[in-house]
Amino acid sequence: MIRRTASLPARKPRSGGEPEGSRTALRLTAAVMASLLAGAAFAQAPKIDPWPGLVTDIFHDRPIAAHEGVVALQAPVRAEDAAIVPMTITLVDPAVRKATLVIDENPMPMAAAFTIGEGAAVASIETRVRVNSYTNVHVVAETADGALHSVVKFVKASGGCSAPAIKDQDEAAANLGKMKFRRFSSADPARREAQIMIRHPNNSGLQMDPISRAYIPAHFIDRVEVRQGDALIFSMEGGISLSEDPAFRFSYKPNGARTIRVEAHDNEGGVFSGEWPVDDAS
Amino acid sequence: MLQCTRTALAIALFCLVARSAGAFDLNEVAPGVFVHQGQLALMTQENSGDIANLGAIVGEKAVAVIDTGGSAAEGRAFLAALQQRTTKPLRYVINTHVHPDHIFGNIAFRDTGALFVGHKNLPRALAARGPHYLSSFRAALGPLIDEVALIAPTLTVDGVTTLDLGGRSIELRAWRTAHSDADLTVLDAASGTLFAGDLLFLRHVPVVDGSLLGFLAVVDELRRIDARRVVPGHGPAVAPWPQALDAQAAYLQRLTRDLRAAIAAGESLGAAATSAAQSEKSAWSLFHDYNVRNATAGFAELEWDSP
Repeated sequence: MIRRTASLPARKPRSGGEPEGSRTALRLTAAVMASLLAGAAFAQAPKIDPWPGLVTDIFHDRPIAAHEGVVALQAPVRAEDAAIVPMTITLVDPAVRKATLVIDENPMPMAAAFTIGEGAAVASIETRVRVNSYTNVHVVAETADGALHSVVKFVKASGGCSAPAIKDQDEAAANLGKMKFRRFSSADPARREAQIMIRHPNNSGLQMDPISRAYIPAHFIDRVEVRQGDALIFSMEGGISLSEDPAFRFSYKPNGARTIRVEAHDNEGGVFSGEWPVDDAS
Repeated sequence: MLQCTRTALAIALFCLVARSAGAFDLNEVAPGVFVHQGQLALMTQENSGDIANLGAIVGEKAVAVIDTGGSAAEGRAFLAALQQRTTKPLRYVINTHVHPDHIFGNIAFRDTGALFVGHKNLPRALAARGPHYLSSFRAALGPLIDEVALIAPTLTVDGVTTLDLGGRSIELRAWRTAHSDADLTVLDAASGTLFAGDLLFLRHVPVVDGSLLGFLAVVDELRRIDARRVVPGHGPAVAPWPQALDAQAAYLQRLTRDLRAAIAAGESLGAAATSAAQSEKSAWSLFHDYNVRNATAGFAELEWDSP
């Protein structure tokens, strides 16, 4: 397993008006850096459970109740392709406002933090992650009252982050930023299910060229916002633990808006957007 | 007593030498064309990573080696076996793609003076994947990994390149992303022998580490190559051409059909990957080790291709 702080990508300052929530983003980046440093220490003593340190770094030692009543996680017991491991977060309690996916043993443990839009009634979010070694995977949900609730699953996998994620490097470069929207049929007319897919190599920055001895720079999607009309369905802040070509499949409550809009940002300042029509009927 | 021990020791030593020499089979499948058949297995310390088929083509003036095996130990055994068959100079070491079972033996050939040859994408693929291979294969190969060093090609192939071995020309062809994004084939026109690398699997379930659709398309293009026999990357040393492609094509088509149907039905990646191509299970070795992985990567690829 490769753990390096030196390879952490620098977050470029954004010009103009900082979007609301950027302070949270910076704080999370700091938390990630702290956990990376912590991770480097754990690498020397692999028997130490990284979770207590992550609770400090990511959740600032707030109390976290462990039970399944609020949030659930579906993860494979064995990840077949460590670069594409499907994870489904089910928001059991409609009061959940935020869900954070943490892959404890990954070099950048905070994989994705989802903020749920007011009234969007998101019931599930499925995404795909890289898993670097045998690890616990936590989801921590924050309810409207500010309480934190967690669930945990153990996943057997190795090599997702330092591993070859990109199977066709030319295609990855040629298609950077392309998006795709898929809609799934729903039995419940009050709900819709859709998927957003973004072409992006999500380079981890953990791959070193053995001949030049230089690291291949990190390049990854760090923020995504999905809206129906102007109303937020969910936003995501994440990093290199998301798989190449990040994908998010989610269910939500339609609000009558005629479009789904997506804006995604990467750590090099890339901005990618897409808009798709949705009809009235579900 | 001492004599007895000494004799026993000598016999034991002889057996050891005989076994290690005999363990590396190198057969002449056509005049001047040699093939070593790897085991149908995953790489382990016990098998020295010896799981891929390796080859050599001997011209009037020079020799080309095709792939070097999964460890320095296997590479050395290959080189030693080859030197028993020919004294002509080794001029080219050709790597058919980036995977460890085909390139980890390169280090054994570093001081032969041979030129290393690969697909134009091979240096880039080595850069992206090499360090991961060196760290992740430690678990399988144990101390054998300590000797492995990655060697990038100095001669790269984009399209078609012909190498002259003296009275014998071999044609190297670089393919689009299929099994991997650095697949190279070698055709020896003199004997009608095609070295397919891992663009052809026999018995060993095909592995898709590049593009499922690309692999399907390349299988069709491969059929047009005029050859009599093929040396697959894995499986029997030689097989009749182009019929040898049929089973692999059937597997890739089944996997693609099943995944497309699952995507159209709105199935999740996890569910689709565990059910796709299960009807092919009994036809292949190592199916359990690779099929769900192929299906997972194939799903993510085909999802972009669906309406």
